[in-house]
Amino acid sequence: MNRLLFRQARLLDPEGGLDRCGDLLVEGERIAAVGGDLSATARDAEVVDAVGLCLAPGLVDMRVQLREPGAEHMESIETAGEAAAAGGVTTMVALPNTEPPVDDISVVEFLARRAREVRLTKIHTYAAATKGLKGRDLTEMGLLAANGALGFTDGVQAVADALVMRRVLGYARTFDLLVLQHPEEPSLARAGEVNEGEIATRLGLPAITPMAEVIMIERDLRLVEITGARYHVAHVSTGAGIEAIRGAKAQGLPVTCDTAPPYFVLNETAIGDYRTFAKLSPPLRSEWDRRAVVEGLRDGTIDAIASDHAPWDQDSKRLPFSSAAYGIVGLETLLPLSLELYHNGHLGLLELIRRLTCNPARIVGLPVGRLAAGAPADLLVFDPDVPRQISTDEFRSKSKNAPFDGRPVHGRVRRTIVDGRTIFRAEA
Amino acid sequence: MQGTARNGAFRHRHLLGIEGLSPEEINHFLDLADGYVELNRQAEKKRTLLRGRTIINCFFENSTRTRTSFEVAGKRLGGDVINMAVSASSMHKGETLIDTAMTLNAMHPDVLIVRHPESGAVQLLSEKLDCAVINAGDGGHEHPTQALLDALTIRRRKGRLSGLTVAICGDILHSRVARSNIALMNIMGARVRAVAPRTLLPAEIDRLGVEVFHNMTDGLADVDIVMMLRLQSERMHGAFIPSTREYFHFFGLDYDKLRAAKPDALIMHPGPMNRGVEIGTEVADDIDRSLIRAQVETGVAVRMACLEILTPPPFPPPQNGGGLGRGHGPPLP
Repeated sequence: MNRLLFRQARLLDPEGGLDRCGDLLVEGERIAAVGGDLSATARDAEVVDAVGLCLAPGLVDMRVQLREPGAEHMESIETAGEAAAAGGVTTMVALPNTEPPVDDISVVEFLARRAREVRLTKIHTYAAATKGLKGRDLTEMGLLAANGALGFTDGVQAVADALVMRRVLGYARTFDLLVLQHPEEPSLARAGEVNEGEIATRLGLPAITPMAEVIMIERDLRLVEITGARYHVAHVSTGAGIEAIRGAKAQGLPVTCDTAPPYFVLNETAIGDYRTFAKLSPPLRSEWDRRAVVEGLRDGTIDAIASDHAPWDQDSKRLPFSSAAYGIVGLETLLPLSLELYHNGHLGLLELIRRLTCNPARIVGLPVGRLAAGAPADLLVFDPDVPRQISTDEFRSKSKNAPFDGRPVHGRVRRTIVDGRTIFRAEA
Repeated sequence: MQGTARNGAFRHRHLLGIEGLSPEEINHFLDLADGYVELNRQAEKKRTLLRGRTIINCFFENSTRTRTSFEVAGKRLGGDVINMAVSASSMHKGETLIDTAMTLNAMHPDVLIVRHPESGAVQLLSEKLDCAVINAGDGGHEHPTQALLDALTIRRRKGRLSGLTVAICGDILHSRVARSNIALMNIMGARVRAVAPRTLLPAEIDRLGVEVFHNMTDGLADVDIVMMLRLQSERMHGAFIPSTREYFHFFGLDYDKLRAAKPDALIMHPGPMNRGVEIGTEVADDIDRSLIRAQVETGVAVRMACLEILTPPPFPPPQNGGGLGRGHGPPLP
């Protein structure tokens, strides 16, 4: 059996509240022991000197767009797996917006088979909340969940019709399933593509009121109140939206939410002179909203950070702003951008790792994201302090659409391990 | 449902719903109908109790079973049964319905049997008519004769209603059968459960006196009666449930799910069945446990009892050839 002993790492396990220097022993696919000095019990193990490095559970990225099946020229299971491995992500959950969409058991099974073949980062998927992502008819949630779908969402678009959403939540509650929502009232979002305000006005771009987010969240929270369904708001980006979720949590509703790094490291000024790489959905917000996202992460209202990985080829982004596609690639920048919260003093390292590992794992119901004897050996070794510049040319992802090229950051992934297998190791 | 005393224990002029009836009234219907079950098995079934009486079947919604059942019941008692089918599309709300009532009233019927797609419409009609009205189903509200025939079917097999546990499963949201049965079983002292996905349950159904379940194994645990409801085809494909495949997998009755119920639990369905949607064929056709065909037989008897009870006896009281409740029919003219 493969035995691997990490020596003298800074062990970070938010679930167990562990932040200390020590050893960790991997046997086969699982963690065998976590402790102070394990060298006596693991004499025959391969030793990895981890002095000065952090050893944490592998990142759990709960929001990734795979382009397979359907748009493999932008990203495939292989390239997404390599990008995730390089980013320290050991589990990722895909959105159902592929072609065909994940609204049928056969597509769930296809993804599972491809993930088994590629054997890099673990891949799970959500399934569509409505057939064909069309916002009308319920999908076979019970059967899809029994076949591995972790939750139900129409992906990058909201379930617009309130009655349909009520039935989605009610039906999901029947089987205690998770429903995830893109928080944007579509009729308001139709008005434009950037955040409404001075920047949009100066650029002359059609804009969306930031209230589109809280309107959708508030509507859904009322529906959660009557259905009792588990509800998750994806990539929250406004202070008003976060405040609504904060209130719902205080009320005891089964609500969680995540955000993505662009919403706490950038604001709407990143659009600059029509940079399509900074075109996101929901759009980058005002500085006031960005600070509200940081505060939401700090006080725990925002449970998780997801990469919101959205690969697009050049043809989709080298276009006039209004014609360009929404989204950026994020798997390989998830850790260094999130570490800015730590280096800027907003979150302790353990609390930051919590939002990247055990919190998202708990929301989607996977038994990963912790350092404990018996847990899967999904691990991340990283240096939190090394300074460097992000280079999009180095991305393993097939698409390079990110507004972070040249951005100075601290932190680098050194090694990524899935089920005891090293799937990524940085050159020294 | 107010009115003066008409016939024995029954205090009302119309039969609009189960809600508001007393256990004595329900037993009165069931006892009388029980005798008609035996009568209907004889070669000579004709009675003259309702000779000269006019019964109009007035159906604003398609029906084969219920309409035929009432027609057979009326004819066996010697009445003149007229079937009047009114397509819903030609009907408009409010005044038009009242106009129809006035027209019918002018024909001096003795009993009007009404089915209407809108809840409350039968009551509205009854307020404008001089004759007795029997609700044969109004929207998602009540279907009292179905609940009475279900109760009689159970009583004939189990000997009682009180103390039994009855699980009503499926599309309770749209079902008038469910509402009438929930009311009747509560009045008669049975325990009622509602088993359905949340999209097919109306809000606060527990306030009607049912225990709510969202999976069949828990919902059917130790029940005496499993009552399946028909899933309307327009509800099947996406709006309320994703597919018939998924519905049958989680909520369709098969032997696997039935195992949770008592070993002698009986199966009922108001018909017409969607085999392979809410009920599996082998369960539906189980001659030991399925009461589905017995329900149809009991239905005619219950409707005979309803017609008898709701038709005031002429004076002087009949001497011979009458129904079971009064012993004899009217003399020949």
